[in-house]
Amino acid sequence: MIKFMLMVNRQGQTRLSRYYTPVELSRRAVLEADVVRCCLTRKKDQCSFVEYKDFKLIYRQYAALYIVVGVTDSENELSVYELVHNFVEVLDKYFSRVVSLDIMFNLDRVHIILDEMIQNGHIVETNKSRVLAPLTALDKMADS
Amino acid sequence: MSDVVEKTLTALPSLLSLDSQPGSAKLSSTSKLGNLIRGITELTSKHEEEKLIQQELASIKEQVSSPNTSMRQMKELMVRAIYCEMLGYEASFSYIHAIKLAQQGTALEKRVGYLAVSLFLNESHELLLLLVNTVLKDLQSTNLIEVCMALTVVSQMFPKDMIPAILPLVEEKLNHPKEIIRRKAVLALYKFYLIAPNQVQHIHNKFRKALCDKDPGVMTASLHIYAQMIQEKPEGYKDLAASFVAILKQVVGGKLPMDFNYHSVPAPWLQIQLLRILSLLGKNDQRYTSEIMYEVLDESLRRAEMNHNITYAILYECVKCIYTIHPKSDLLEKAAKCIGNFVLSPKINLKYLGLKALTYVVQQDPKLALQHQMTIIECLDHPDLIIKRETLELLFRITNAQNVTVIVEKMLDFLRISEDDYTTIDLVGKVAELAEKYPSECWFIETMNTVFSVGGDMMQPDIPNSFLKLLSEGFDSVEEDKKLRLFAVDSYVSLLQGEPDKLPQRFLQVISWVLGEYSYLKEELQPAAVLRLLAKLLDTKNTSSETKSWILMAMTKLCDGEAGVSVAQEVSETYSSSLDTVLRQRAHELQYLSQNPELRSKVLPRDAGLEVDSSLSFLDGFVSEALAAGAAPYKPPHQRQEELAQAKALSLEPYGLSLPISMSSCSIADRQSPTLLSISSGLSGDSTDLSLKGGSTTLKLDGVKRVWGKEGYLAQREPLEEAAAQVEVPSPLRSPSQTGEADNSHSQTPIPIPTPEPEQEKQQLASSLFVGLSSHSSVSLMGKSEPTPQRFRRKAKSPSSSLDASERISNSLVSSTSTVDNLLCDNLLDTSELAVPSPSLTSQLSQSLTTANGSFDVQLTESDVKGSSPTLVRDNGVAVPLSGLSHSEITPLCSDQSLDLSVCHVQKEEYLALVSCVCDSAVQELRSLGVAVCQYSLTVKRPSVHVEVVGMVSYQLPVGTHQSVQFSHKLPLTSFIRPLTVSTEEYGKMWLDFTNDTKQNLSLISDGQESLTATLNVLKKKLQLHVVEIIGVEGIVACRLHQDQPCLMHCRVHAGTLAVWLRSPVPDLPDCLIYHCQRALQEH
Repeated sequence: MIKFMLMVNRQGQTRLSRYYTPVELSRRAVLEADVVRCCLTRKKDQCSFVEYKDFKLIYRQYAALYIVVGVTDSENELSVYELVHNFVEVLDKYFSRVVSLDIMFNLDRVHIILDEMIQNGHIVETNKSRVLAPLTALDKMADS
Repeated sequence: MSDVVEKTLTALPSLLSLDSQPGSAKLSSTSKLGNLIRGITELTSKHEEEKLIQQELASIKEQVSSPNTSMRQMKELMVRAIYCEMLGYEASFSYIHAIKLAQQGTALEKRVGYLAVSLFLNESHELLLLLVNTVLKDLQSTNLIEVCMALTVVSQMFPKDMIPAILPLVEEKLNHPKEIIRRKAVLALYKFYLIAPNQVQHIHNKFRKALCDKDPGVMTASLHIYAQMIQEKPEGYKDLAASFVAILKQVVGGKLPMDFNYHSVPAPWLQIQLLRILSLLGKNDQRYTSEIMYEVLDESLRRAEMNHNITYAILYECVKCIYTIHPKSDLLEKAAKCIGNFVLSPKINLKYLGLKALTYVVQQDPKLALQHQMTIIECLDHPDLIIKRETLELLFRITNAQNVTVIVEKMLDFLRISEDDYTTIDLVGKVAELAEKYPSECWFIETMNTVFSVGGDMMQPDIPNSFLKLLSEGFDSVEEDKKLRLFAVDSYVSLLQGEPDKLPQRFLQVISWVLGEYSYLKEELQPAAVLRLLAKLLDTKNTSSETKSWILMAMTKLCDGEAGVSVAQEVSETYSSSLDTVLRQRAHELQYLSQNPELRSKVLPRDAGLEVDSSLSFLDGFVSEALAAGAAPYKPPHQRQEELAQAKALSLEPYGLSLPISMSSCSIADRQSPTLLSISSGLSGDSTDLSLKGGSTTLKLDGVKRVWGKEGYLAQREPLEEAAAQVEVPSPLRSPSQTGEADNSHSQTPIPIPTPEPEQEKQQLASSLFVGLSSHSSVSLMGKSEPTPQRFRRKAKSPSSSLDASERISNSLVSSTSTVDNLLCDNLLDTSELAVPSPSLTSQLSQSLTTANGSFDVQLTESDVKGSSPTLVRDNGVAVPLSGLSHSEITPLCSDQSLDLSVCHVQKEEYLALVSCVCDSAVQELRSLGVAVCQYSLTVKRPSVHVEVVGMVSYQLPVGTHQSVQFSHKLPLTSFIRPLTVSTEEYGKMWLDFTNDTKQNLSLISDGQESLTATLNVLKKKLQLHVVEIIGVEGIVACRLHQDQPCLMHCRVHAGTLAVWLRSPVPDLPDCLIYHCQRALQEH
């Protein structure tokens, strides 16, 4: 099961966070700082999966942006690793060549996309066009 | 990964860099959000950030409450509020406005409103109730996008109590023409199932419809529900296995539309989900369900050959599935090869996954580790700690008596460099578990010393506890006990002479206890010298007051002789005025006892086994005297509270009554734990499948209770290894005395002959790590014990001891084989009742039984197999000598193409007869079945709630191939309970003698006058108890566990419940019995 998904920059600033298990607001900042420290200190040739407390972190780097996913031990690490890439590909398709500013300034849209893909810690949709369908419909409504 | 894919991957990140071209379509960098983000990015200190965000929040607050704010502005404000909360600053004032936005906004504004709600509120937030009306309205909207939004938010969070309000609408959406609506409706139902399963019980057939939906997306969504339901109750959905297989076949075969592909792999996450469901269905399966999966698994393995991460993810899931379901040899072989590719891969992520897979499968087949020993060794030295850690996890699973020293050494090495507390705690627990499982004197103490100093005060408290328990209970031989204790004393004295202030508190406590208890063993050591060492420790300023009281206790045991007394006096004077009451108490004890050696030897007898009478039966005389003098009888706290609540005319504590109930359920779980724990511990922490076998789903303590003995861990795996053995390439028979070098040569990793030095080192390591992996299993299967003299085992009296039983069983394996052999030979060849002797079963059929209840608490007496005159059974008539007695239903246990095995039990006076029938089923002439009946008598050695008997039938077909079938059969303890006829006087006498007791409140059957009689009658009928006498509201009942192990029960009707008090000389028996009483009354 997926416990949370984070997007952070190299300075450790959170760009997006989504929790699928309840974590108090006050504890999130500490957790995020900890998680970021775990992942940012690792070298390129090291494993992309890190043990953290009783769960695992899976991280993937895209230039200055890190995407970190916390999962339970029963999860298939590699499939989540690829899910992250699928998510980025979806963003790339929607923003047509996504840059990290897109993510920062369109926090709401990125969340809406993520909500289509992951719910309750489970992967619910991975088909790119289907993931984007509701959002593009909303955009069209706003335009007209 | 192929080069092309690699390139696309590296191409993408560059697109994500910060230096973007300005003017990107959806960029709103000029907005207020843009300003905020830019402001934050430019900040340097946390303090500045806080200031900025507080300003921002104040401005948001002002604007949201202004009546002139448009919905469009409101949307922007919400995104800014989301941003602030993301950075950890609460914006609770905006929650209500988020709901308002969802209610009044249109299109994207509405969606952002819903989004903000789902980010801000948790599922139990009261404001969520305000959302219900909005959702209800949107569900009925004609605008599909609004319906969609409502369903999305419902599937993320919804107040449980309000489900009925929208359930009909959601159900209706299951028939919607648009796939997206149907899909989201299914996901909403999944959410309902998660938070309130009974609310959606009636629509299970609709789930099936969703599973068969023509749209793959809807079908995929329904899998989440099925995965959940199957996990909870796999046996209920076996019939669906064929459907899942069919779906997977279509997916793998590329029947889905192209847009489901990811890097030209068809719907990979769907495949993974299906494979998970299949392994849930095929777990612990008796072949039938697994059989239909073989083909598609083979196909998946074959198809997933494309070189991309996602195919490896699928392969990993596939391998796990193959090793979870009922084994099939050629699939296992392919899966093993696949794991090999993973482990050998230069890609580190794959290597990690390979190790994880290997860790999973070695529990089934430890020999697989042999094939990869050199890789494992390399991984042990891997610079990446994660890989190292995973390798240790793997080694932990393959530990046996011969390689434990090396593996523990490796773990300790890791511990010394690890900085992560969580890892330390986990690993320290594992080392302690291994050390205690395979103790050998010096090594054991040394290892535990390292555990205590490294684990420090972080480790689980039961590690020192069980260490001390182990030390005090001792092992099989007195000599060895003495040596062990002496060694401990020696090493602790030298530690204290060093720098004791560096040691963790827990370790100091262990040290003081051991010295107090056993330093007399070392004759040349003066007690006064030890006392001085301890006194020095008392003066150290780091020593906690808890440790100090341990030290004082130890000193009390030691203050012998003049010198000792004077040290003791000095110390006690210092601490007798301590502010800490416990310390003061100890100091006074020390003072008093040091002056009174006679009393001291009585209070603290040297080397006496510690016996705790938890029922305080020695106070019975005192209590009866007090009662006679008119004292009120003792009532346990919960009962008192209950009465108090009743006494009040207006109870202000409406929930007071529920306390006893929750306490009772709590204590039940607690009491079961000894048996459950010993099951899971032998197999280590997270081997879920095996611990499930023991029936434990309730309690997973982090406890480190152990299954003892040199075969400890492997003994329980016998059946599994047997299954896995089919895969193995036939290897020459090896004698158990063969050592590691031999294993090495056997390994399939090619080893170059002229080896450079480091290579040689590695090989040496390999031989010490993997020793005993192949020979060990084959030996234990044959029931011979292996000569490993340096290990000794625990005394039989210890509660978790199991070895004696397991050995008896393995011996019985051998002897019963011959008995049954004969029996069956006779049976098949000599009996006239069989028209045609069955051709398929020939002279070699052996049946063996073992108990699978980790604690081995059933004693098998194999000689009761009905000697020379085997009886034949037709249909389901039970063997003649047993025909007079009632027997249970005949349950089929297992079968394969040539034989069916079924079992029933007959309750005899002194034991439980287990009758198993072996019928051979695949004979051409169906009218004459060959039937063999074997009878075993079972008695319980140590009670537990359930007893599981596992065994194996092996036989030889005329063609000469050996076949074997495994089976298991679970019996409740009640099958072994018999009524005990005693008079009230005898009962009274016995009552006082028994020490193990348990009290609990049970529910009464009916509330009428006769409720006590009615309840007791139910128990009498269901559990075969003997009702001795019923007087007024009290009743006494007696029973026994079929040897002479009585259990007495005293019942009293009180406040609508039945207060039950059980006593027995046998530990655990009262607890187990009360569990069954509770069950019996619940079922009634």
